[in-house]
Amino acid sequence: MKLAPLLVLSAIAALAAGTETKVKLPASRADLLRGEKLFQVHCSRCHGAKGEGSRGPALTRPKLRHAPDDAALLKVIEEGIRGTEMPGAGAMSDHEMRQAAAYVRSLGKAPMKPVPGDPARGAEIYRGKGNCAGCHSIHGEGGVAGPDLSTIGESRSGAYLRESIVDPQAAVPEGYLLVTVVPRSGASVTGIRVNEDSFSIQVRDSSGRSYSFWKGDIAQLDKQKGKSPMPSYKGQLSDAELTDVVAYLASLKERK
Amino acid sequence: MRSLMWLFAPAALLAQINVPYERIRDANKEPGNWLTYSRDYTGQRYSPLDQINAGNVAKLRVAWMRQVDELDTFETSPIVVDGTLFITAPPNVVEALDAATGRTLWSYQKDLPADLRLCCGKVNRGLAILGNTLYYGSNDAHLIALDARTGSLRWDVTMADYKSGYSSTGAPLAVKDKIIAGMAGGEYGTRGFIDGYDARTGKRLWRFNTIPAKGEPGNETWEGESWKTGSAATWVTGAYDPESNTVYWGTGNPGPDWNGDVRTGDNLYSDCLIALDPDTGAKKWHFQYTPHDMNDWDSTQTPILADGMAQGQPRKMVVLANRNGFYYALDRTNGKFIAGRPYVKQTWASGLDEAGRPMRVPAAVPSTEGTLIWPSLAGGSNWYSSTYNPKTDLYYVNVKEMAAIYIKGDAEYKPGALFNGGGQTDYLDEEPYGAVRALEVATGQLRWEYKLHLPSNSGLMTTAGGLVFGSNGTSFFALDAGKGALLWRFETGGGGGIDANPISYMSDGKQYVAIAAGHALLVFGLE
Repeated sequence: MKLAPLLVLSAIAALAAGTETKVKLPASRADLLRGEKLFQVHCSRCHGAKGEGSRGPALTRPKLRHAPDDAALLKVIEEGIRGTEMPGAGAMSDHEMRQAAAYVRSLGKAPMKPVPGDPARGAEIYRGKGNCAGCHSIHGEGGVAGPDLSTIGESRSGAYLRESIVDPQAAVPEGYLLVTVVPRSGASVTGIRVNEDSFSIQVRDSSGRSYSFWKGDIAQLDKQKGKSPMPSYKGQLSDAELTDVVAYLASLKERK
Repeated sequence: MRSLMWLFAPAALLAQINVPYERIRDANKEPGNWLTYSRDYTGQRYSPLDQINAGNVAKLRVAWMRQVDELDTFETSPIVVDGTLFITAPPNVVEALDAATGRTLWSYQKDLPADLRLCCGKVNRGLAILGNTLYYGSNDAHLIALDARTGSLRWDVTMADYKSGYSSTGAPLAVKDKIIAGMAGGEYGTRGFIDGYDARTGKRLWRFNTIPAKGEPGNETWEGESWKTGSAATWVTGAYDPESNTVYWGTGNPGPDWNGDVRTGDNLYSDCLIALDPDTGAKKWHFQYTPHDMNDWDSTQTPILADGMAQGQPRKMVVLANRNGFYYALDRTNGKFIAGRPYVKQTWASGLDEAGRPMRVPAAVPSTEGTLIWPSLAGGSNWYSSTYNPKTDLYYVNVKEMAAIYIKGDAEYKPGALFNGGGQTDYLDEEPYGAVRALEVATGQLRWEYKLHLPSNSGLMTTAGGLVFGSNGTSFFALDAGKGALLWRFETGGGGGIDANPISYMSDGKQYVAIAAGHALLVFGLE
């Protein structure tokens, strides 16, 4: 009996492998226009109005890392990508997903603009003048107050990164709600909310220390929605320096 | 006297399980058992037990737990008969457990077809028992009868073809000598039904199609051939009034869910409460909550039968807090609207007219660009149980305060494939939250609320001990039924949170409370 599910699983895997080669995306002008419209509604909030990237990566490239072929692209659109912010598109029909996929593929046919700037100089500014490593980690080196940037170049566009540096409050990443907890007794704590339910809240301060409070023990709880603990670098870095830091961050990809 | 004998049956008699119809009908005579989905036929999910009460609930501790082997959502509502607890569990498992120790007495599993497609995982919400036979809906749309003493198969009948998108997830209802069962698959362009089966043989005696065929009254509320794929699924257990011999069963959304263009009309009997004769399956009356629904607001949650004063008259009511955001009290003898009002924020209707029909806001419909509407598709509440306490005369509902951006998309039907016609994206600019709300049963007027951090996904149970048990996220808690104060809470740590309804029972003279949380059944008793 224990063997049966394994056999079933391998049968499914075989079926799936068999279907992968058969995917053919629609190619008519009407399909691409409809795909573009679907993209605007479902995808543009993160990938930009023309797929140029924003909070999500640019799709204007001939090769997509999670979607080497059209079957994989459809799977990504349908199910999302586990462990990332990319959700599945529950609201599109099979046909609509194929139209959206066809439009995404058409984006990769235009030549991609490289991110300008000098990544090596950017890395120096990141570690030196910018003191970014005080709060951010790259491959295990740096602080924990802000998001880990080891692979940030894969998920954020250059324009988005630039905006995050000059105006951190423009888009505070998910999971980085800044809160101040004033307990009935003891010192108050300011930090990132790491968890909360109806009865308790857990907070991590900029040093990486975690705190837990029962809500009944709290005198005041301030949630600074839309606030970022990160300072703005507007005026702190020159335009050329900013361009170089963005080039460095855009170069940060998963190590192969 | 016979029921008393069962109530005090010693542990040695565990194997003598026998639950004739009369025991379910008279469930209040044996408050220590939980003989049907909602304990009794009223759908109230009220336990007359009071050993655990407002004075001692703070001492509630885990007595035992039973973990399940697969990670699908665990939605079972156990039934308990004379010291044995029966559950359904993913993946398509039925188990008998000793109610005092949690030790397994037997386990049954039916393998599911590899090409089975389910909208929402291998979920199942529970069982029915009649005599010494257990009944449950297998995920592949079969109705299965098992020997309650051993778990051996009595019969297995096909309700519908799973390849066309049909499935079964709800607990059947045993009424007299029949098993009443609904179906699931409302997102696959199915045609809904409620069935009556001979409990002994599994022979189907009648079928009430929730969408009338060509030539039948109501079919004119569907454009063209759209009735054939109109869904109106019946995936949650109904209630029964023995006095009038009437079954009350809810129906789900019309298909495709979010694109109403292809099915203009009221789309009967989607989003309805149907009153049926359980002997013949004949419809006595229906009440449609959301005519021409475009938001996936199934009306399948268990209706609650409650008697009380409404507008100065004693009334026999059937009440529920609908997924569409409105609370409704109907006269259960004729289906006429008594009262209704919003119990959460809603922006799609300006109110209900004298007959209880919503007055739609024309712009508040899904669009290709997306339209912001309260409540979200998950509704103001959902399939999980509300509860009514005759002692406080209050109706308790676990609510979701959240909106969604509704998108209208393609509606192309392919057998066995999802037939949604759009969907929703979350709207988080106003932070969603939940609450337990206590409503006056005859009017829906808010009496109190206990605010919760998250929108809730789980049911409530109230007890004669003056308590309301409920869940939020991974927390399980008890509130004071009179005032709504928090009296006890427990962090279950359940993976995926709690998506089930609580029950309560007695074993060896001790009261327990049980809830499926994450991937385990947790059973609590006083320390």
